[in-house]
Amino acid sequence: MINRTYLGLMLSCTLSIGCQDINDAQVKQQGLIYCSEGSPVTFNPQLDISGTTADATAHQLYNGLLDFDPDSSKVIPALADSWLVSEDGLTYTFQLRKDVQFQQTHYFIPSRTFNADDVLFSINRWRQPNHPYHKISGGIYPYFESLGLQDIVAEVNKLNGYRVEIKLNRPDSSFLATLATDFAVILSAEYAEQLMQAGTPELLDSQPIGTGPFKFDKFKKNNFIRYQRHENYWQGHVQQQQLIFDITPTSSMRLAKLITGECDVIAFPAQTELRIVDERQDLVLEEKPGLNVGFWAFNTTKAPFNDARVRRAMAMAIDRKALLDAVYSDSAVSSKGLLPPTSWAFDENQREVHYNPVAARQLLDEAGIARGFRMNIWAMPVQRAYNPNATKMAELIQSYLDKVGIRADIVSYEWATFRRLLKQGMHDTVLIGWSADNGDPDNFYRPLLSCSAIASGTNRANWCMQEYDALIDEALRFTEEEKRLHYYRQANELLVEEMPLLPIAHAYRFQAYREGISGMQINPFGGIRFGQARKESK
Amino acid sequence: MLIYLGRRLNLLLITLLILCIASYILAFLFPGDPLTNLSGTPSPSDDQAQQLRLMYALDEGALAGFWQYLKLTLVGEWGLSLSSQNPIFDDICQFLPASIELSLYAMFVSLLVGIPLGIIAGLNHRRISDMGILSVSLVGFSLPVFWLALLLILIFALQWGGLPMSGRVSLLYDIPHQTGFILLDIIMSNVANKQQVLLDALNHLILPTLSLSIVTSSLVIRLTRRSVINVMASDYIKAAFAKGLSRPQVFWRHGMKNALLPIMPQLAMQFTVLLTNAMIVEVIFSWPGIGEWLIQAIYQRDFPAIRGGMLAVSALVVIVTISVDLLIRMIYPLSKKQIHAQV
Repeated sequence: MINRTYLGLMLSCTLSIGCQDINDAQVKQQGLIYCSEGSPVTFNPQLDISGTTADATAHQLYNGLLDFDPDSSKVIPALADSWLVSEDGLTYTFQLRKDVQFQQTHYFIPSRTFNADDVLFSINRWRQPNHPYHKISGGIYPYFESLGLQDIVAEVNKLNGYRVEIKLNRPDSSFLATLATDFAVILSAEYAEQLMQAGTPELLDSQPIGTGPFKFDKFKKNNFIRYQRHENYWQGHVQQQQLIFDITPTSSMRLAKLITGECDVIAFPAQTELRIVDERQDLVLEEKPGLNVGFWAFNTTKAPFNDARVRRAMAMAIDRKALLDAVYSDSAVSSKGLLPPTSWAFDENQREVHYNPVAARQLLDEAGIARGFRMNIWAMPVQRAYNPNATKMAELIQSYLDKVGIRADIVSYEWATFRRLLKQGMHDTVLIGWSADNGDPDNFYRPLLSCSAIASGTNRANWCMQEYDALIDEALRFTEEEKRLHYYRQANELLVEEMPLLPIAHAYRFQAYREGISGMQINPFGGIRFGQARKESK
Repeated sequence: MLIYLGRRLNLLLITLLILCIASYILAFLFPGDPLTNLSGTPSPSDDQAQQLRLMYALDEGALAGFWQYLKLTLVGEWGLSLSSQNPIFDDICQFLPASIELSLYAMFVSLLVGIPLGIIAGLNHRRISDMGILSVSLVGFSLPVFWLALLLILIFALQWGGLPMSGRVSLLYDIPHQTGFILLDIIMSNVANKQQVLLDALNHLILPTLSLSIVTSSLVIRLTRRSVINVMASDYIKAAFAKGLSRPQVFWRHGMKNALLPIMPQLAMQFTVLLTNAMIVEVIFSWPGIGEWLIQAIYQRDFPAIRGGMLAVSALVVIVTISVDLLIRMIYPLSKKQIHAQV
């Protein structure tokens, strides 16, 4: 019997190929395939800091209280409608959005909409070590712990069903930005309770429920993730019936699948493949400056780099434009300061040093640096978006320094050793960089150059200045952007004078997809989002 | 015939037993704790370890341990995969059909192309068509299958476009796993637009099947050609010609059957060659078969899975070989004279 049906089908297949194209196009339009680089570790981004997990979960399954505007990187409302910050900056009151539906799946049917209980549950889970869910799935919440947030948040109170108050121990104006990151998602308290009663609490993180545009359907490790549309998504109708993550670890394989049309969007096209994508008519390559900075840091604990004049002279001896052309091949913008142009605190009129080898030599003479002075440049051995080829850059800098009478040696170790020795301060200067994980400018100023960052190993210049620390601390006490900007401007001015590091470039982030896909916006930081994606037939 | 059957079954059982012994020994030769390698429990707690030692009878000597292992293997208790913690037997049941399916289609295509071409070449011995077919088949035979697969991808998927290069069916179609044979699964599923899904699955089949069958077709051509040449030179064919039969009559009445029957076993044996080649092709086309699965297991040092996969594949090859042999002896009377088992 089966045989006969099969034969019949085959026959009708061959007979009706003509009309099938239209049919096929319709079905294919209802689903979007994203070729991602790896399997997520968990389906709860609170539990993992990796980009792969955040990409797969944060903006697909969940929403946070707040979000970032991808264009201005300002904090915008999400599940919280509006918020108030008290005068002293210690109490945050959030008014929650009403009628936000949780996803309904074959394993959970919500009986109520989103309310304050869900917020309390989601925050208390990582904050309170004695929370019933704290220890489930490992009990480690890396992002919040790295910021010490469990100590900053004093209490979380429910004022009424749609009003939540969060009290802090000390003012922290980057707190809102933290709540808008990929990691601060809102889980369903009702679902958690149901699972706890069923005795399977660990399912909360592997069979997730959230308020996001897609709901979880299936996951096969190293193979695929299948999401279905969340029919009652609060931000409006979701275009795609299905969203599929086709897990393809090899970059060239992802590109090939993009070309054959097996993927609609691919993750992380490699630098060498960008040209291929760009040249093809049916593929779109989008680029946007990312929230990162590649820089050349001077070890200010070593003579003569403890002299600001020497550091400024070095900075002036380098033509950054040439570095940009040679190393980033048009995939970066030149830096003015620490902050990339996408940050709201970016200052267009910021003072910067310009290439001037004559003035550089004069400064060196003033500082008593003789011609033939030897130093080293550490070049990181790995590729990063903010610096795709540190060795090549080091060679260029070497030749520039040679013109002002300084002889530089290039040093490189295997990556783990490199970082260990760097932390010990063995270097004279180093080429390295930083990628931000939230949109707040503090995420650049503090980890890169504050005194406390020397101990945690992110201050590569080992530069410590009380005046600077006071400025960035002061900036955090205010929530109004204008007031904060005032302090950041002063900090910028200080940095140009002191020059503990020379910012070189802010690299672009790339996204490659097939023509006909729209609504894909590059997030300068954080995970990819498909809620607005549309697919049109050609 | 009965004696013959007995001998074959004997051979089958002994070979399978040896395979089991080999796989059991592997668990001890692989690095790490034999208990972990057998059960797939990463680092068992003391309680668990105690239980597992009892289950595998590890403390009662090698023979008792093996006996226990054999019993567990027979009931499908193959342990867990270290990386996914899925039962290995279930995984194999899921992935092996995909490989068998691919090999079957490739076999079908090879026979469909290889036998007619081989006959044409054999009938036109030492003429241009023979030389042509022979040289083409020589080229096809010498191409490494992984290179061929990549070449096909480059030409048909990337350059000309249109043909997919990975998987069995577009991920947009959610086909529930039932038999593991994708075309059957699609027919049995209640997915909308069945025809279109079938077409998509057939599209996915083209390149892997093609890259597998090119090599096998060449082999089939050469085997058939040789056999046809031999038969056409034999006395009874000459006698048939002498009776005044025309060439087609001679070939269809006397030549064809006698040429094909002797090479049937050899043709059927190509299936095992196909299966091994399929494992390579699977990796290239991301075909979710046993080959892909085994390679992943090797990458991840998933020793229980390597052991189980090896056992499953080799057992399949042995079973297919011997049953094909049996089948042919049943329908081809000449070989009944050979009583002793041979592989």
